[in-house]
This record gives sequence, C-alpha cells and structure tokens, in this order.
Amino acid sequence: MKKEYLLLDKVEGPLIVLSGIENVGYGEVLDIKVDNGETKKGKVIKIEGDKVVVQVFESTSGISVKNTAVTFTGKPFELELSKDILGRTFNGIGEPIDGGGKVYSSDVYNINGRPINPVARRYPRNFIQTGISSIDGLTTLIRGQKLPIFSGNGLTHNELAAQIVKQAKISEDIDEEFGIVFAAIGVKHDDADYFRKSFEKADATDRVVMYINYADDPIAERITIPRCALTAAEYLAFKENMHILVVMTDITNYSEALREISSAREEVPSRKGYPGYLYSDLASLYERAGMLKRKKGSITLLPILTMPNDDITHPVPDLTGYITEGQVVLGRELFQKNIYPPVNILPSLSRLMKDGIGEGFTRKDHPDVSNQLFSSYSKVQEVRALSQIIGEDDLSENDKLYMKFGREFESRFITQGINENRSIEKTLDLAWEILSILPTEDLDRIDPELIDKYLRKEDYYG
Amino acid sequence: MVNGPVLRGKDMAEFKMREMVTVGRKKLIGEVISIDGDIGTIQVYEETEGLKIGEIIESTNKPLSLKLGPGMLGNMFDGIERPLKKIDELSKDFIPEGIGLISIDPKKLWDVDIVVKKGDFLNEGDLFGEIKETSLIVHKLMVPPKIKGTVIDIKENGSYNIEETLVVLEDDNGNKKELKMYQEWPVRKQRPIKERIPIDKLLITGQRILDIFFPIAKGGTAAIPGGFGTGKTMTQHQLAKWSDADIIVYIGCGERGNEMTEVLEDFPELIDPKTNKPIMERTILIANTSNMPVAAREASIYTGITMAEYFRDMGYHVAIMADSTSRWAEALREISGRLEEMPAEEGYPAYLPSRLAEFYERAGYVKTLNDKEGSVTIIGAVSPAGGDFSEPVTENTKRFVNVFLALDRELAHARHYPAINWLTSYSGYSKILKNWYEENVSDEVVNLRNKMLRLLQNENKLQEIVLLVGEDVLPDNQRLVLEISKVLKTGYLQQNAFHKLDTFVSLDKQFKMLTLIDYLYERSKGAIEKGIPISQVKDDKLFYDVVNMKYNIPNDNLEGIDKLKERIDKYYDELEGKYSS
Repeated sequence: MKKEYLLLDKVEGPLIVLSGIENVGYGEVLDIKVDNGETKKGKVIKIEGDKVVVQVFESTSGISVKNTAVTFTGKPFELELSKDILGRTFNGIGEPIDGGGKVYSSDVYNINGRPINPVARRYPRNFIQTGISSIDGLTTLIRGQKLPIFSGNGLTHNELAAQIVKQAKISEDIDEEFGIVFAAIGVKHDDADYFRKSFEKADATDRVVMYINYADDPIAERITIPRCALTAAEYLAFKENMHILVVMTDITNYSEALREISSAREEVPSRKGYPGYLYSDLASLYERAGMLKRKKGSITLLPILTMPNDDITHPVPDLTGYITEGQVVLGRELFQKNIYPPVNILPSLSRLMKDGIGEGFTRKDHPDVSNQLFSSYSKVQEVRALSQIIGEDDLSENDKLYMKFGREFESRFITQGINENRSIEKTLDLAWEILSILPTEDLDRIDPELIDKYLRKEDYYG
Repeated sequence: MVNGPVLRGKDMAEFKMREMVTVGRKKLIGEVISIDGDIGTIQVYEETEGLKIGEIIESTNKPLSLKLGPGMLGNMFDGIERPLKKIDELSKDFIPEGIGLISIDPKKLWDVDIVVKKGDFLNEGDLFGEIKETSLIVHKLMVPPKIKGTVIDIKENGSYNIEETLVVLEDDNGNKKELKMYQEWPVRKQRPIKERIPIDKLLITGQRILDIFFPIAKGGTAAIPGGFGTGKTMTQHQLAKWSDADIIVYIGCGERGNEMTEVLEDFPELIDPKTNKPIMERTILIANTSNMPVAAREASIYTGITMAEYFRDMGYHVAIMADSTSRWAEALREISGRLEEMPAEEGYPAYLPSRLAEFYERAGYVKTLNDKEGSVTIIGAVSPAGGDFSEPVTENTKRFVNVFLALDRELAHARHYPAINWLTSYSGYSKILKNWYEENVSDEVVNLRNKMLRLLQNENKLQEIVLLVGEDVLPDNQRLVLEISKVLKTGYLQQNAFHKLDTFVSLDKQFKMLTLIDYLYERSKGAIEKGIPISQVKDDKLFYDVVNMKYNIPNDNLEGIDKLKERIDKYYDELEGKYSS
C-alpha cells in the first residue's frame, strides 16, 4: 500500500506544497483525492529537502490544506498509446472527453520524450504541396519541417491551417498512411469546433487525434497538452510508420500558462515576465518534429501563434522563430484589404525549402522565381512609400510598373479561394505571368536561360 | 534539492569547486558550481527526471575535462565530448540519460610514427609521435603541459589504441611518466602557450563582403548578430565550408537538430578547393541542440574552444564557429535563475560580460610551447532577442570582438544574402592587414575598399532624398552613384551560396571584380562630367554583364574580367566620341 499524505503546507494558484515526503522523484506524478470525491493529478516540479512543490493539473479550487489525500505514483507522466487513438478526442492530460472508453495498451510513453539524436535524424527534403500559392511558391513546406504560422488576433489563421490540413499532400504514395494530430491549447470553444467541423468536411475524422484544452480549462494542462499530442505523434510516426501533421494552436496561450506557473513559483523573470527557460521549453516541443533515418514515418509541425499586438519581436514569436525552420507571417494590412490568405511574404521564410525545391523536386525555375518575387515585392514596398509622398502619377514609368506588379501579385498570386487547390505548376506559371509585368532586365535573380524558357510576355499583356 | 538541472547535496565539504561528479543510480554527469559549508550545488548535464532525494553524489576527483587525442576529426560530439554516433548505437534514435562518460573511441587502432628515440630530452609541448588521422590532417602527439623528462622507453612504430603507453619519460627526480596518445585537459582552463604574436594574416573565406570589406584575421574574433531568419547559420556554414583554416570546430549550441544533420550530410560531400579532400576531414562538430539538456549547452562552448586550442598547439590554424553564443548566455541565465542569484540586465547574471570576455580572449595568434605558429579564430553568432542589438549579449559581445558583422532584417527580407549591413558592420583588422594585402593581393585593396564604402554611405544619404522626392529630380552625377551602388550591391556584396562559382571566390577575382566596378564608375563618371545624360551613360546590357560576372567568370580564369574592361573602354570611348563631335 502506498503512503498517503493528508496534510498540505500551502495551496497557491496551480501549485501545492507538501512536506515530510520521502522517496519521491523529480517529475513524478501524483494522485490527489479531494474529500468531495474529485481526483486530480499533479507533478513534482521541485524537491527541497523533504519539501515538495507540486503542479496540479486541473483546477486547484476546492483543495484545502486538510481535505486532500495525496499519493505518489512513483512514475513520470506517461501515456498508453495504440492506433485506437485515431478518431478520438482527449483532454490536456490524455483522458478521453468524447464519451468513449480509456485507451489501453502495453505501449507506455513518457510525455516528455527524449531529444532526437542529431546523428539519427534524416534531413527533410520532400516537398509537401499545400495547394496554397504563397506557401508552395515562396515558403515551401517540407515533410518533417516545423513551420509556424505567426498571426494576430482576429486574422484568418484558423482558416489557413484548416485549408492546409485539407489540401496538404503529406504523402504521394497511396500505401503510406497519414494522420493528423491536433492540439488546441487554451482555445475558444468555437475555434475548436471550427477545426472539428473542418476535419469532418475533409472527411478526415478517423485519421485525426484531437487533444483539447479550452480557454476555461485549467492552465496547468496547457503545459501537458502539447506534450501529450507530440507523444502521440511520435508513436504514430515512429512506431506505426505514419506521416503525421501536427497542428497546434495557440502557442501564445501555452507560453502564458508557463509564465503564470513560473510566477507562482517565484522564479526570476526575464523578458516581459516570461521565465528564462522559455526558449528551452519551447524547443523541447518544436524539436520533436522531424524524421529518423531508421523510420519511415515523419512528424511535420504546424504551430499557430497569435502575436500580441501584432508584434513580431514579442518573446513568444521571437523565440519561436529562432527555433523553428522558418515562419509564415500573416499581415493585418493584407487582411484589411480583404485578401485571403493574408500571408505577408517578406518576413515569411522556409529554411528548408532550399533543399526541397527545384529540379527533381518541384520545377527547375522554382528557386529563382521565388527569389525574384521576394526581391521585386520588396522593391514594391519602397515604391509605395514614395508614391504616398509624391503621388502615383508622378512616379517614373518603371516605378509605375512596380505598383502594378504589387497589385497583381496581391490580388492574383497571394489571394485564392478557401477551397482553391493550386498545383505547384499552376503557382509557378502564375508567378511568371505576374513577373512579366516588370521590365525583363529587372529580373536579375533569374537565370537568363530560364527567362528564355518561361517568360511569355506578349501572351499575357500584349 | 532538485530544481530542473540544478541540485543541492549535503556532506560535500570534501568536494572541490568545478569538480565533475556522478549523481544517483543512473550516474548522471554533473559539475560542482558552488560550495557553501557542506552544501554543494551541482549542475547536471543530463535530464534529472526521476531523481530522488537521498541519492548519492559521487566524486570523480577531477574537473570537467576532455580526452584530447585522435578520433575527434570528422566526428560529432555532445556538449561534454560524448560521441553522438556511439550514443546512437547504444540507444537508437533518441538520447537517454545515464549513458555515462564515454569519449573518443578507446578501441580504434591508429598507425603511429614515433619521432623520438631513447635518451632524448622532451619538454612540455614537444612532439613525440605522429598519426595520419585523416587524409588532410596529421595528428601530432605532444608531451602534455607541465611534463618533461628523458625518454627511457618507447614503442616501435605500429598500430595502437589510445590507451597504450607509447613513450615513458623520466624527470630529474626519477619520476616516471607514461605518455599515451591522448591527454586530459580541464575545459575551463586555457591551454598554455609560449607567447602571443601580433595578428597579421587574413583568414580567407572566399566571401567578398568579408575578405575585402570586413576582413577577419587569423587569431581574431568576430561576432555575427542577427534576428531570426537573417542568415546567421548560413553565414557560419559558409565560413565553415570555405575559410582557409586547417581545422574547423563547429559548435551548434542550442540550435536546431536539422541544421546539425544538414552539416553531417553536406560536409562529407563538399570538396575543399585547395586540397581536393572532403572538408569533413578537417571538421569537428559539437551539437547541443535546443532540446538537449541546458547545462551541457553551457559546457559545449568550452569543449569546443579546448579542442581548438589543442590543435592550435600542434601548429594548426583553427577556426571555431559558435552558433549561437546567445543560447549559451541563456543557459547561464537559466542556471543562474535556478540558483536564485541576483539578476542584472534582462535577468542575465552579473558575470555575463566577464564570461564572454574569458571566452573570446581564448582566441589568438600564438607561438606554441614547441615553437610553432598556430591560431584560434573565434566567430560567434549572436541571436539578439527581438533583433534588437542593444540587448545585453550583443552589447557585451561587441566589447570583446574586433569584427562586427551586423545582419540586417531588411536585406534578408529582400533575399539579399549574406545580409551583412555594410553601414553598421565594422572590422578592426582592416588596417592591421594592410601589409598582408599589399604582399598577397595588391597595394590598392584598402584604398579601394574605403572608396567603395564611402560610395555606399553616400548612396544611403541619397536614398533618403529619393524616398522623399523620387529619383528623377536628382542631378545625373548623383543618379550615377545610385546606379553604381546597385551594381556593387547586387553584383558584389550579394553572394549566392548555392551557385557553384559564386559560393567561394578567390581573392584575386574578388579584387579584380571590385577594381572593374570602380573602373566602370570612373569611366561613367567621366562621361557624365562631359555632359552626357545618364540614360546614355548607363548602358543596361553593359551594367547587367558587370553584375553577372560573378556567375560566369571562373575563379581560375579571369580573362573575362579583362574583356569586360575592354568593352567598358570601347563603349565609353565611342560614346564620348559621339558627343564631342
């Protein structure tokens, strides 16, 4: 019989403190029984002599220092996983909330995982076609990549993520299985419903595992939920050899939960009150994406975060950008022009696209074309700034072409329908069509041979 | 106490500061970082989950140290010199805790040439043997520091593993000392040298903006700060691939796992232009990716620099790339926070500047104990929070480095790579290397560079006016400045790392290219001064071909540049002839 501890020292926010504890391990999980019959789980986050600090998942309301019985399980936080999780919905600590029964399996995994050995990694090189021009053409998604969407409150990131989930060809081969793991971290009920419906529409429900922590659920579970989701993803990818796309929203909620707990622990804060280990902590999530040499499966990670006040230098997007392999940034200005998807391409980047596009992957002209679009569109910004001062009429003829290019680029290349699925060929052809507006000698990023081959000036604009 | 990677233990009065310890049943590796009475504080280099109060902390009686010997080149290690390939054999795919202390391969046999004989007297640092470790590098076996004596016993030339005694020395007092293929050295301590020598040689990188505009010297220090996505890692990779150091130590400190995998996949296929051998054979990789234990990240920087110093002592020129020093500083901050130390700026500990200084000061051009010349060059990437260069790590790094290569977000957004901002970057070596340039390239390098930098500064001022009133209203000579700057920016400063001719450019070509751009400027300026309008002076085709000389003129045949010069002459001679008649 395991020892029961009946007296707490302190309850504060999501933390409880106990003393007189023997033989307990760092990170160990414990069961907390409250006298009204509720049971909760907690995790040891600090041991000091015989004193233990515990982070309680679920809410601490109703806990008093005297009405609880605490038992230590002697184990870290673990999940039992099998393929039966596909099609199911769980809460932040991996318990089913869809009315179905618990998942039983002999495969038990520690949700913290272990770092992938860089020697064992396989470098991602396979292009994933999302059917979205701004992504496929300019910030190409590669299988095994971690590519976050940096958004702002009210922007159309959910729609974009849902469109990617619906259209992404994660695997070309029919005999390769793919699946989606969805983690909703502190999201509104209607956002979670939106995703659920879009999975249904895409006829993907039985390939989706959902982990949901609503905005009014306990914050301590926001710390475990992405770990549960990634553990499930690792299981499906590396044990069941599936190609997994993990969608996580919203990392800002996760980071805020981390800050709340850190402040309850009275830790020394760094930028904007976030704990000094925010970088390492986020990395312990993002770095779980990837591929292994020995395994067929893959984990592609698509985290979504809302930048507070649209500020890309805020610690959460900033640190995320330092860890992930690029970012897709959504812009308020484009959104207000009613452009969907409002991808602001200039700060967007895919670090892995250089090895996954071009001849043999997408098309030979892809690298140069995307380079040229970036370069020309950045020139558009300068010309627009000038035209606001001197007026468009007084611009030089050359600059007027850039104004036209900018408009066409936004209204035809970036803009597309929420159900419009463009092939990479179509995306690149469209790019050429729009680039043909510019004087040919300004296309200095494209190999002249490719210009000869693909540029069809007269066809489009006479 | 257990708090993340930090532990406190009692009854530790016998332990020494900075001593290496093992903790608990799993024998996790840690280091003593403070002692208060009999309470010791330990930072643990592995995951501490599951650790219990009451588990035993064992002393190893030595500071955190490395085995320095053959087997390091071409390999990848974690922050405390444990080979990741070996770990992958022991535990597939993932890195567990409690693997214990493993290091360079103790079983592998090496062909040793002993270069001393019985009766020779050897001082510290003297060579006693050689091993051809890779096709590029001869590993020289040296008498460890503080040891000297007469050779009383030697092994025959042959194959041995690193644990075998090769030479026995006897000192004046009759103490015998066995020399093996490796020596142990504490990571936090500089290896001794005879003396420092003034820096006067260029580290050739084949990157135009560096070699000509912001040169790094052998034995020097450089920092590359930049927000995310500005190309720090790309620049570091380019340097690791092409710089003319003998040995490269690449430290992936708190960065992405895939980047290290990329190096592992790419480098063995890349051929060094000078030696025609894969550059992997001269490279040592140290990987502590962002999800690996944070305390080992703190150590990884020291591990790298100690390895670099060891090869320097053999008389090699070593360049060390630390990507990124900010992650190392953050590891310091995290551990400091867990120790509840009083924070200084932005939560960083007050000793951050002194730690940075200690690290960068280990660079230098030296005379080694065995009277050879060797150098350690440090190139550290800095990842400023929010891309703001006024944050503590960037600010303090700036104080201790001589080259500052500021990466610029605007340039990166326009995909101008390397996105090194020519207005805010600087190199303290430009003047020092004047003699070197004169001897090895041309007398004109420094003057030309200064002239071109002035042109770019001028262009920057003009651009401000252009933003207000447009380009058309500027007089023709100023518009020419804009046009030539454009050539300079796209044709010279921008360099394509993925283009086979442009990824590495010989110094000769670098210089001739710049001279040609200058020539184009002078000739076109001459034409403008004669009253010829800019629309005539700027010939699109000619300018276009000058911009593209980087893509179609090979490093070893520069005739194309001379031909371009003839074309410039022809064009402007004709133009001026037309207007004067």
